[in-house]
Amino acid sequence: MALDEYKPQKGGSELGSEKQGFKVVGTTPDRPDGIDKVTGRAKFGADAYAPGMLHAAIVRSPHAHAKILKIDTSKAEALDGVKAVVTRADFATGLKGENWNILENVMANDTALYDGHAVAAVAATSALIARDAVKLVEVEYELLEHVTDVDKAMEPDAPVIRAGIAEKSVPEGMHPNVVRYHESGHGDVEKGFAEADLVVEDHFRTEATHQGYIEPHACLAQLGSDGKGEVWCCTQGHWNVQKVCAALVGTETSQLRVTASEIGGGFGGKTAVFIEPVALALSKKANRPVKLVMSRSEVLRATGPTSSASMDIKIGMKKDGRITAAEGTFRLQGGAFPGAPMEFSAMCAFACYDLENVRQVGFDILANRPKQAAYRAPGSPMAAYAVESVVDELCNKLNLDPIETRLMNASKEGTKASYGPRFEQIGLVETLQAAKAHPHYTAPLGEGQGRGISCGFWFNHGGETSVSLALSEDGTVQLAVGTPDIGGSRASMGMMAAEELGIPYENVRCTIADTATLGYNEISHGSRVTYASGLATIKAARDAKKKLCARAAAKWGIDEDAVVWEDGCAKPSGPNAGDFDPLPIEKITRSMGRTGGPIVGHFEATPEGAGVSFATHIVDAEVDKETGKTSVVRYTVVQDAGKAIHPTYVEGQYQGGAAQGIGWALNEEYIYGEDGRLQNTVFLDYRIPVASDLPMIDTVIVEVPNPGHPYGVRGVGETSICPPLAAIANAVSAAAGVRLRELPMSPPRILEALEKQSDG
Amino acid sequence: MVEVNLWSGLRAFTDGQDKVEVDGKNVGEVLSHLVQAYPGLEDIIEAGVSVAIDGKIIASDLTAPITPENEVFLLQRIKGG
Repeated sequence: MALDEYKPQKGGSELGSEKQGFKVVGTTPDRPDGIDKVTGRAKFGADAYAPGMLHAAIVRSPHAHAKILKIDTSKAEALDGVKAVVTRADFATGLKGENWNILENVMANDTALYDGHAVAAVAATSALIARDAVKLVEVEYELLEHVTDVDKAMEPDAPVIRAGIAEKSVPEGMHPNVVRYHESGHGDVEKGFAEADLVVEDHFRTEATHQGYIEPHACLAQLGSDGKGEVWCCTQGHWNVQKVCAALVGTETSQLRVTASEIGGGFGGKTAVFIEPVALALSKKANRPVKLVMSRSEVLRATGPTSSASMDIKIGMKKDGRITAAEGTFRLQGGAFPGAPMEFSAMCAFACYDLENVRQVGFDILANRPKQAAYRAPGSPMAAYAVESVVDELCNKLNLDPIETRLMNASKEGTKASYGPRFEQIGLVETLQAAKAHPHYTAPLGEGQGRGISCGFWFNHGGETSVSLALSEDGTVQLAVGTPDIGGSRASMGMMAAEELGIPYENVRCTIADTATLGYNEISHGSRVTYASGLATIKAARDAKKKLCARAAAKWGIDEDAVVWEDGCAKPSGPNAGDFDPLPIEKITRSMGRTGGPIVGHFEATPEGAGVSFATHIVDAEVDKETGKTSVVRYTVVQDAGKAIHPTYVEGQYQGGAAQGIGWALNEEYIYGEDGRLQNTVFLDYRIPVASDLPMIDTVIVEVPNPGHPYGVRGVGETSICPPLAAIANAVSAAAGVRLRELPMSPPRILEALEKQSDG
Repeated sequence: MVEVNLWSGLRAFTDGQDKVEVDGKNVGEVLSHLVQAYPGLEDIIEAGVSVAIDGKIIASDLTAPITPENEVFLLQRIKGG
C-alpha cells in the first residue's frame, strides 16, 4: 500500500484507545534530524573530538580458544607517541554476574575465548601509531581445543569452555557447555499427536548473523584520577553504558556522564558495551581523552552477532487443518558467555497458535564465538522459521490454504498463549485477514516462482523511562527524552507532545538528553521507545497542561478544575466557570516567570502495558535451478502497529525488518574455518542485501489498539523480522520443489538440496 | 493465597509442581514469598523474571497489585533488541 493510501485497518485506531480525533498523530511530517543527516551535520560516534585527544587500538586474540600465558607490553610502551597500554589488570576486580561476563568479554583475563577477543589496548597520539603499537604487544598463548558449532558444542567430547557456570535448572548429565535450560507448555502433547491425522517432524538450523549496522562502534572517553569522567558514544542506551562502565572501571555511577551521539543503526547490537570501558581505562592511565573507533572487521569479529540455532519441530494436524499438538526444541549458542535467547525462541515459537497441547524446550550453549547480542526480537525469527516451515509442510501435504489454516488456529484475545498467560486484545487474526484480502495473495506466479506465508510474534517491552517537557517563553516546547533515536523517534515524540498540547508539531524540539539531565532511561530496545517514551511524553505534556491550566485559573480567579485545555489554549470548562477568552499557550508562558516560575512537565515511571504484536508476511521468490540463485520478486508485510504515530516510520520499520530478514534467509552467515577463526570479516564476504537484492516491499498497517497506551501504540521495530526467514524459506522451497532446512539458503546450499533430491 | 503458574523448567525447584500457592498482595511480595518457600528459585528470580497478571506482562514493577482471583504466571524477563 502506498503511503498516500494509508488508512488504518480493522475499523480504525479509535477502537479501544482513550484518545480520539487525532490532529497530528497519523500524519507524516518531516523528520527533525533529516537535514542534519543528509548534509553531514549530524554528529555520530566517530565525530567527537577533544583537545589533546589520543587514539586507541585493541590487541585481539587470533585464536579461538587459548590460555594467555604472558602479555609483554614493553615494546609497545617504548614506541614514540604511545601514552598508555592497558590489560585486564587495569580494570575493576571482584565483579559478579553479568558485570563479570561483560568485563570478561571487554578484556580477556587468562583465556582468550574466541577469535577477536580483546587482550590488551593501546592509546597513542595518532591512530597510525596506535595500530603500530598493537603489533608490538607480545602475547604468549597456549592453544586449547575449540568448538564453534552449536550441536558439536553439546557433544560429550566437546571442549569445556567455562566449567561450573551452568544454572541449576540444567538437567543432570548434560555437557558443561549447556549453561541454561527452559521448558514450558501445557496440555498433553503425546495425546495430541495421537489425535492427529498427520504429524510432521523436522530438524532446522540457522547460522549466526550480524545486525549489520552501518556505523561501527565508536566513542570518546575521559576519566580523571578523581574518578570523574565523560563518555560520548554511539549506543542504544547511554544510562546502561554509564552503569556498566562505572562498574568495570571502578568509579561511582553518578561521576560518569554519558552522552549518546547520533546512531548509524543498532538493531539490538548497540545495547551491549564493548569499547567504552577500554577507552576510559586508557584515558585514566594517560590522563588524556581517548577516542576508540572499531573497524568493520572488529565489529564482525568481536561484537555481538545473533545466536546460531539447531531446532527440532514436531506438529500434529487434523485433515481440516486444526493443530492437535506442537513440540519444539531450540538449541542456541550465544558465544562463550551465557545469554543466548533460547527462552524467547521457545516462548515465541508457537505463540501465533491457539494450542491445547504444546511443549517447548530451550538450551543455552557456549561456543568459541563472540558474545551474542540482541538482534531485533532476539530468538524469535529462527523459531518462526522452523515452526512455520513445518506448518507450511503440513498445509502442502493436506492440500490446505496456508492463510485459512493459520486463521483456523490463530491466537486471539483470551487464548492461552503457548508460553502461559492469556492474551489481551491482539491483532493476529486481523493481519491474516488483511493478508488474505491483499492482491498479492491471489496474484499469479511466474515460472520458477513460489509463494510463502508466515506469521510472527514478539512481546515488546516497557521499561524505566524519564521525560522532561519544558515550555519556552514563546510557547514552544523543549522535549528531553532519554532513549536514543534509532528509528525516527524524535519525530514521533514531538508529534505526541504536539497532539496533547494542541500546538503545531514544528513548535516542539525533541532532544536526546545525557545521563546528567534526566532520571534513568532503559536502553532503546524491546520496541519500547514509541510505546514507553511516547507514553511518558504524553504524561509529561498532561502534567504541563495541568500547570498551564492552573496559571489560567489563577489569572481568572476561578478553580483549577474549572479550566480545560483545548487546541493549545486554556478555556473555561463551561458556562458556569465564567466568561473568559481562551488563553493561548504563548500568553501563559510569556509571563510564567512572574506567575509562579518556569513551567515544566515531567514523567518518571516504568510503563508496564507494552502490548504484544503479530505480523503476517507474503513472499514470492524465484529460484534459478542452474545457479541456485534466489530472487525475492514480491514482498508484502502486514503488521499490527496498535496505532501508527508516524506511518512513514512504521512502514520503514516493516520494510527494514523484511530487508534484514532477506539477508538472514538468503546470504548472511558467520563462516568459521577449521582453526576457529572467522573467515568473512568484511562486508565483501559477509553479504548483507544491497538495494538491487530487494524488491519494493509493500506494507499494510493494521491497527488493533494496545489498551496499555493512551493512543493504543504497540512497538513495531522487532516483530517485522520474525516472519521473513520462514516466509522466504516457504517461498524458496515452493519454487525449488525441495524443503530448505538450513539458513542461509545460499546458492551452494540450494544446489546441494536439489542434487540430493535428484539423487533420490 | 495466590496461585502462581511456573514455567515447567522450574519444577526441579518446587517439588515437581508447576503451580504453587503463596501469599502476597503485589508482585514483590509474591516473588519474595516464592523464594522463601522454594529457595532454589532465588537465583532465577534474582536474575530477573517477569510476571503476567491476567495476561498483562509486568517486567519490573514490584508494586503491581495481585489478588487471589488473578491468573498469575512467572515468565522469564522480557528484553529485546
